[in-house]
Amino acid sequence: MSTAPALEIRNLGRRYGPIAALDGLDLTLDAGRIVALFGENGSGKTTLLKIVAGLLSEYTGEALIHGHAPGPESKAMVSFLPDQSFLPDTVSARTAVSMFGDFFADFDAARAFALIAELGIDAHRTLKTLSKGQREKVQLALAMSRRARIYLLDEPISGVDPAAREVILRTILTQYDPGALVVISTHLIADIEAVADAAVFLRAGRVLFAGDADDLRARHGMSLDRLFRTTYQNPVRS
Amino acid sequence: MDFDPGQPIWLQLVREFTRRIGTGDWPAGHRVPSVRNLAAELGVNPNTVQRALAELERTRLAVAERTAGRFVTTDTALIAEAQLGSAQAAADAYVARARGLRLDQDAALALVARRWHVGSPTDPSTTTQENR
Repeated sequence: MSTAPALEIRNLGRRYGPIAALDGLDLTLDAGRIVALFGENGSGKTTLLKIVAGLLSEYTGEALIHGHAPGPESKAMVSFLPDQSFLPDTVSARTAVSMFGDFFADFDAARAFALIAELGIDAHRTLKTLSKGQREKVQLALAMSRRARIYLLDEPISGVDPAAREVILRTILTQYDPGALVVISTHLIADIEAVADAAVFLRAGRVLFAGDADDLRARHGMSLDRLFRTTYQNPVRS
Repeated sequence: MDFDPGQPIWLQLVREFTRRIGTGDWPAGHRVPSVRNLAAELGVNPNTVQRALAELERTRLAVAERTAGRFVTTDTALIAEAQLGSAQAAADAYVARARGLRLDQDAALALVARRWHVGSPTDPSTTTQENR
């Protein structure tokens, strides 16, 4: 076992034309945690996750995944759930499972089928006949069924009703391997207060603050949700 | 149980687990449920559960056996103390409210005696989250 942190990010930068999506971001995350990634729209959450997932190769600075720069080795360790649908409409969940099995050596098809059934979805139905919440559950089941060391979940609970949110969050809690790192980006902070044990707040492409969730509550005397609202009401210092 | 997200969640878990031991929901000498099961039941992070259980061990309400897992103490004095401790916060809150309403101690105690029967578990109007 390497002693490198699960994720080590130094001075990470990424521009879209004149806009800096990431602007010298530093962050170290250890394995065995469920980390909530918070930030306003445009604060760099998705860009950060995509770089770590190996989907964006143009950046400055350094991102190390268990000591590896993004590439084939890191991709084999990272399960990424994007915030948009990544499956063709016309396939069934069953077909999607076999596609995942072809793509990822660490994919556990039996686990995926069990999860899809547990989430109350008929694996024979094509995805276009499923509701948005059901599709999100299928995609989460696929992402969580890889035996990965890092799970990056980009807005896994946005756009689904509160009951589905709870099912999805329970799934994350019960399926994750205690030695893995899970990063959940969301703006629905109240829903994941108890699920995450660490929180990272991004603003304008940098880490505003990060820490153990309960330590943040004790230090600031408020919930993470309240802390987020209080923090982001203040204008960006320039 | 519902958490107050404004307070550290591990401390709320310590109170909840202490209550379970004090009331006998987790009987003396029995195995404490696993971290994974508690995390799933409560919808809470496993590390947070682990931190709360470590605190129970520190206060001797739970004892870790090297291979067999974690067990509720068999020390009846400690369990009785846990039961009283769980009730104390409720008592403190009542005393504060009674004082705020300018009741003296005799009146406050008499009221408790008069209302005692209302708290029967079959009365749905008095069912709280603690009874779930």
